[in-house]
Amino acid sequence: MEVSLYPGCSFDGVAREYRESVEAVAKILSVEFKELPDWTCCGASSAHVANDKLAVALAATNLETADRVGMDLVVPCAACFQRLKVAEKHLKQGKPVEGFSGKYEGKFHIKPIVDFFWENVGEKALKEKVKTPLKGLNPVCYYGCLTARPPKVTDAKNAEDPQEMDRLLKALGANVRNWSFKTDCCGGNLTLSRTDLQLKLTRKLLDMAEEAGADCIVTECPMCHMNLDSKQKEISQEAGKLYNTPVFYFSELMGLAFEDRSVEKWLGRHTVDPRPLLKQRGLI
Amino acid sequence: MTVKELPQAITPNASFRKKVEEMSEEKVSACYQCEKCTNGCPLAFAMDIAPHKVIRSVHLGLKDTVLNSDTIWVCASCETCTTRCPNGIDIAHIMDTLRQIAQREGVKASQRNVPIFHDVFLSSMRRFGRVHEASMAVTYSLKSGGIKGLLGQAGMGLGMFKKGKVKILPSRFRANKRVRDIFRATERKG
Ligand code: SF4
Ligand code: SF4
Ligand code: SF4
Ligand code: SF4
Repeated sequence: MEVSLYPGCSFDGVAREYRESVEAVAKILSVEFKELPDWTCCGASSAHVANDKLAVALAATNLETADRVGMDLVVPCAACFQRLKVAEKHLKQGKPVEGFSGKYEGKFHIKPIVDFFWENVGEKALKEKVKTPLKGLNPVCYYGCLTARPPKVTDAKNAEDPQEMDRLLKALGANVRNWSFKTDCCGGNLTLSRTDLQLKLTRKLLDMAEEAGADCIVTECPMCHMNLDSKQKEISQEAGKLYNTPVFYFSELMGLAFEDRSVEKWLGRHTVDPRPLLKQRGLI
Repeated sequence: MTVKELPQAITPNASFRKKVEEMSEEKVSACYQCEKCTNGCPLAFAMDIAPHKVIRSVHLGLKDTVLNSDTIWVCASCETCTTRCPNGIDIAHIMDTLRQIAQREGVKASQRNVPIFHDVFLSSMRRFGRVHEASMAVTYSLKSGGIKGLLGQAGMGLGMFKKGKVKILPSRFRANKRVRDIFRATERKG
């Protein structure tokens, strides 16, 4: 199966283990991700603060390319996904997009990467590749704000309680815990400018995961991952109690279940080392 | 942070509301103050004017109050309010509109570092066509906190560097020009 991939800026920067694990599991599942040629930044959470037209045009130019390529467009970053969908809605409604004079027919779908694996690759194909079921692992799934919200833009089936990642991990054999914080904001937008607020929001997520009986958190966005994984030391200092919850990319857990050989290399790049937990559960 | 009381006697000024409605293409006047937006807002605790009060203030034309508020800069654009508003008002987008008006009219942002962050981010995007995280974080730290800010961020940067997560050089690629053209075409038009 061939599809287009819009990597986004974080995917091969801070999120190197994300990219490597996605590529590894794609290979196992015979999926070919074709990187969108000459993709440019989607504008992220900054362009729309400065100028609506700039924000839409920056994303729209990538949709023109995707249209030309003509395959569905898979997106591994929540913010990129939402910005591309905003531009898609503008173009589909025939609204003029200043700064963009390209052609757009909309012959393709834009999909968050987990939805792609769950809906397009499918449960059966995923299960066939599982060699080590993730028994004994108790994750909560964290979708972040922007893969689902707002549904009139994202077309999410269930914006308040999305299911795709939960189902995918259950198919890998994990004992997925339910919680009500799947789409609560981690404060990513404020990481550098109001770190204090971001730490508060992130801490809440870590607390709620624990309350739900989870031993780890799973994400599908480089920014969500960075906020949850890399700030636990600071949060511990502030809270006066130790936070040490492993945070995975869903693709790393796919790799683990499929017994890809590079799993430990990916996990070695995390701030909170997930290997002790996996050893304890007999998974590595 | 103290919650600012709204003034008691107000002469509604429709021109500000009309401007916001026109720019955002949202109907502020459809709001019936149910407070659902505020109840679900993860940052309401850090705001001086709750989201539903921002909407009401726009309706009443309290321009200075909203443009000077912490709220418009503390809002994280998480879209919870927009998702839940029973009247389909895109509150998160109205927050964008208010930030845009504030910036254009030179209103000093109550949260100094937030617009600095967005500026640095956009300059990186403009220059490279993609965002180069390492150089962006360095420029941001310098602009927001001077040398002290830079050293403050350096610890985390070094940790990430050791883990092979920092690309040293921005990627160069052909689409740069396309991005610069978009910046040029949309500038000042808003
Ligand atoms: S949202 Fe982030 S990752 Fe996505 S393209 Fe833009 S800066 Fe890059
Ligand atoms: S959850 Fe965090 S990183 Fe993910 S989209 Fe929301 S603010 Fe951004
Ligand atoms: S949710 Fe909508 S209608 Fe209710 S107070 Fe907020 S903006 Fe007004
Ligand atoms: S978008 Fe802003 S105002 Fe709306 S819920 Fe999120 S943080 Fe609050």
